[in-house]
Amino acid sequence: MKEQLEKIKQEALAALTATKESAELEALRVKYLGKKGELTAVLKQMGKLSAEERPVIGQLANDVRERLAAEIEAQKKKLEEIRLEARLKAEALDVTIPGKRQKLGHRHPMYIALDEIKDIFVGMGFTILDGPEVELAYYNFDRLNAEEGHPSRDWSDTFYFDQDSRVMLRSQTSPMQVHAMETKPLPIRILAPGRVYRKDEVDATHSPMFHQVEGMVIDKGVTMADLKGTLNAVMEQLYGTGTKTRFRPHHFPFTEPSCEMDVQCHKCGGVGCPTCKGEGWIEVLGAGMIHPKVLEMSGIDPEEYSGWAFGMGLERMAMRRFKISDLRLIFENDVRFLEQF
Amino acid sequence: MLLSRKWLNEFVPVDINDHDFAEAMTLSGSKVEITEVEGAEVSNVVVGRVTEIKRHENSDHMWICQVDVGDETVQIVTGAQNVSQGDLVPVAKHNSTLPGDVHIKKGKLRGEPSNGMLCSYKELGMTDNDWPHSIVDGIFLLESDPDLKARGLKPGDDITTAIGLDDHVVEFEITPNRPDCLSVIGLAREAAATFQKPLTLQEPQVKGGGNGNLTELLDVETPAPDLCPRYTARMVRNVKIGPSPLWLRERLRASGVRPINNIVDITNYVMLEYGQPMHAFDYRYVKGGKIIVRRAENGESLTTLDGNVRQLNDTMLVIADETRAVGLAGIMGGENSEIVEDTVDVVFESANFNGTCIRRTALALGMRTEASAKFEKGLDILNTLPAVNRACELVELLGAGEVLDGVIDILNFVPQPKQLALRPEKINALLGTQVEAEEMRRILKTLDFGVEGDTVTVPSWRGDVEHYSDLAEEVARFYGYNQIPTTAMRGLTTQGGYSREQRLEQALGTACRSMGYDEIITYSFISPSYYDKIRLPEDAPQRQSMRICNPLGEDTSILRTTVLPSMLEILSRNYNYRNKAARLYELGRTYWEREDGMADEPKILSLGQYGPEESFFTLKGTVEALLESIRGADISFVAEHDNPSYHPGRCAKVYVGETKIGVLGQIHPLAAANYDVDAELYCAELRFDALMSAQGADPEYVPLPKFPAVTRDIAVLVDSDITVSALEGCIRTAAQGLLKEVALFDIYTGANLPDGKKSVAFNLVLRSDERSLTAQEADDEVALILQVLEKDLGATLR
Repeated sequence: MKEQLEKIKQEALAALTATKESAELEALRVKYLGKKGELTAVLKQMGKLSAEERPVIGQLANDVRERLAAEIEAQKKKLEEIRLEARLKAEALDVTIPGKRQKLGHRHPMYIALDEIKDIFVGMGFTILDGPEVELAYYNFDRLNAEEGHPSRDWSDTFYFDQDSRVMLRSQTSPMQVHAMETKPLPIRILAPGRVYRKDEVDATHSPMFHQVEGMVIDKGVTMADLKGTLNAVMEQLYGTGTKTRFRPHHFPFTEPSCEMDVQCHKCGGVGCPTCKGEGWIEVLGAGMIHPKVLEMSGIDPEEYSGWAFGMGLERMAMRRFKISDLRLIFENDVRFLEQF
Repeated sequence: MLLSRKWLNEFVPVDINDHDFAEAMTLSGSKVEITEVEGAEVSNVVVGRVTEIKRHENSDHMWICQVDVGDETVQIVTGAQNVSQGDLVPVAKHNSTLPGDVHIKKGKLRGEPSNGMLCSYKELGMTDNDWPHSIVDGIFLLESDPDLKARGLKPGDDITTAIGLDDHVVEFEITPNRPDCLSVIGLAREAAATFQKPLTLQEPQVKGGGNGNLTELLDVETPAPDLCPRYTARMVRNVKIGPSPLWLRERLRASGVRPINNIVDITNYVMLEYGQPMHAFDYRYVKGGKIIVRRAENGESLTTLDGNVRQLNDTMLVIADETRAVGLAGIMGGENSEIVEDTVDVVFESANFNGTCIRRTALALGMRTEASAKFEKGLDILNTLPAVNRACELVELLGAGEVLDGVIDILNFVPQPKQLALRPEKINALLGTQVEAEEMRRILKTLDFGVEGDTVTVPSWRGDVEHYSDLAEEVARFYGYNQIPTTAMRGLTTQGGYSREQRLEQALGTACRSMGYDEIITYSFISPSYYDKIRLPEDAPQRQSMRICNPLGEDTSILRTTVLPSMLEILSRNYNYRNKAARLYELGRTYWEREDGMADEPKILSLGQYGPEESFFTLKGTVEALLESIRGADISFVAEHDNPSYHPGRCAKVYVGETKIGVLGQIHPLAAANYDVDAELYCAELRFDALMSAQGADPEYVPLPKFPAVTRDIAVLVDSDITVSALEGCIRTAAQGLLKEVALFDIYTGANLPDGKKSVAFNLVLRSDERSLTAQEADDEVALILQVLEKDLGATLR
């Protein structure tokens, strides 16, 4: 019997390792280990053995059964692995085939630039203000110290809706300064972006409609040093830490002192190049301390309060940011342009 | 404003390079646009003397010259016919440059070596006006100009220095509040303060003594004193009209003014130097010896110096004699009193006119001149007298005529000196600085402010200074804007952030972009004809648009009441650029006139799209998703058949509850055709205010189902005109609480169905929140639904 068992074991092991399919393996399991299997058949003859032989053969038979069961399990695993490997191989893809994707929409580059600016100011405690584009000349000019006769009030510069030059398309976002002074409690920190209109023919740098953003702070003890410090901080956020700026005297009717702010040309580092027209500096915005008359007209006492304001053209900002060469692209809205941003 | 640095140096010596000069002036408030060196394009060109000249053997018109150029004598061949032995001429030597990127090299002309070129003044970049004594065509014979001859030029001298083509010119952008800086003296004052150098000004000295009595010869009346605060005039007799001397021509040229003749040049010179426009009349054409500064009469006309006939009206100011206008005040003289070759007696006018009147007149007549550009900004009323005296001084210096004694000076407005309190602590508080009061006084004094303790007297030419903040700016300019410290914002903390409206705008934009829509920006103004293009009827309320009185053109003449034409224009542009597909959105305003003449400016979210994948339902899907993104509840779509801009069978109004949000659909093919598009365009116009009110509350968590759902598909046969929403509504009403979802999955019309019928299939999801449903329960519910469908809509199970 011992030989029989040994033989079954050898046969079975040989058959096992030769299997290629799991069904084949299952058949072998039935053949050797099943209730009617060969091993069972051998064990059924145990009765014929002597009492001394029985435990020995019994032990041996169990060993063979365990060994075979383990081998079948191992072979099964191996076959599964082979099958999986084959399947994965068959399923392999050309991963360089383009993906199936949802087309993404794009924010207009001008608004990307505006969003950046808004976020910076919101972080400094500013609220964003929206206002009318059809505006009274009273707010656009008179209340900003640009009295009757100021050149910007001319029909050659500004669009009007009546012969008395009373209602107009705002030519700047600055009337929002006055609206804020009229409606907001002090202290005031506002940012007012929006469309403005001037009578300029369309060309590479002009458009009769464009966008500005106005910012204003009014509080006790506000100084020109604050104006410089705040705007410097904004430029560092927009253009990177260490961005150099300079302030030049300028003139606006509603600020005094007034200034323009330049940032050092990023391209040449201030040496002078075509980007900055050889000046080494690029003008970014106009600003100044709110004119005491403007505060007074809005019922704010300039002896107690002071403030600063700035205004900045957004198209130029966006054009600089994205190196857009022609303003007309902004309003043409060609998807091949829009989808670059 | 172009400034000659040679001229500037007559008033204040500033000896630094152009770059540093420009930067310092810019930082003290006089913005420099550009600096230029005259004759910069001319190099290696020298004065030469022709020592020998003979005919070229192989040419009938060329000459071979031996030319002494200082250190050597070179042979040069020329084709010019006006050169003789002994002439001094400009010589462009081998390897020289001339304006217009011209390079001169030695070469051979018909076999004869030529080591350069003899030049005309045009080749040096100059004009007939610069050299009135020299012939127009041919080589520039330097000694033909008496002033050049007197300079004693020598062979080898650099030509640009020799002929005074070596000035440095600085172009300033002067802000409108500083008309005083539109003059050499004004800029000299700024330069003196900037570089802390003394300013040297001289009072003009007029000898006078001309034959005649001014008051007998000339009478001036100013019947419109509001428009003519001051009129100052002097007279010169026995004028000898001729070219101005070289030094004067050089100054004018560097300042961008063409020399004409001595009298005209003097008026221009004084205007540049003093900033006071001057005018010279020929006295014999001033009828009756009377100058009347009056308003023009309506319908009056005048031919100005430029030869144009100007139609005038009573808002304009003219200089007239007893019979007619002879000049347009402050803008341009009349042809009828122009200084000509044989002018004998001249009246110099130096007046002060109302700036607004001059500006409006110049604008109305489309003739902005150097003079009007100055007057319109408001000039110093005290400047007229020194200016006219300066003109007379120059007449005497040039020997151009005999100046009469006396001045006619009508002062209709006597300006009072402005005085301000100097408040150093207030100025420092505004600037955030600690500038000493004494330093403030020093700065103001260098600008010719009168300073007595804390009282500041503003100079007459500084009309812009009215307030302590103006003094603060003067202090800041010369203390240095960039010396002012930088400090962070202080004070009470304020709450920054976005309003609910702004956050909704952002959310809608984000949702649109996530669905592939690109953002566009379109003009707020359109043409009235665009309403025809979108097929609005004549009486459509949208046609009540606000009209701009002074538009750039018809295409931008009214404010839009609908964003549809703007969107269609951009879709059409992209389509015609052959972009295969586009999905676009804009949150734009429309403008509706109010009773008070102002506007309501409601925002519209407009969507537009075309392309192979697009259909009514892709657009509708976008609108549904947008409404879902703002948690709009009870969304419904109602067919719209009579919107003229849209396809009558492919257009819907969309509602959230009872609120109409807007309209969407396929653009009417005729409207699309009006935009040159033969494809299907889809647009939606959604009112932002309605979207805002439709925005649902913050979501609240609903527990997830504990029990499994049972699904059943049903397909029913109904009349073709029964809508899906009717069927769906019927299904929902019929259900007894187990129905959780209804989803359309198929609509079929075809050959094997009866005429006028369609098959509509829905997937129903049934679920109980209390227990697992049995198949029987689900079937019972479906059976009930089918019963009602049949009863209410005649729908039968297929």
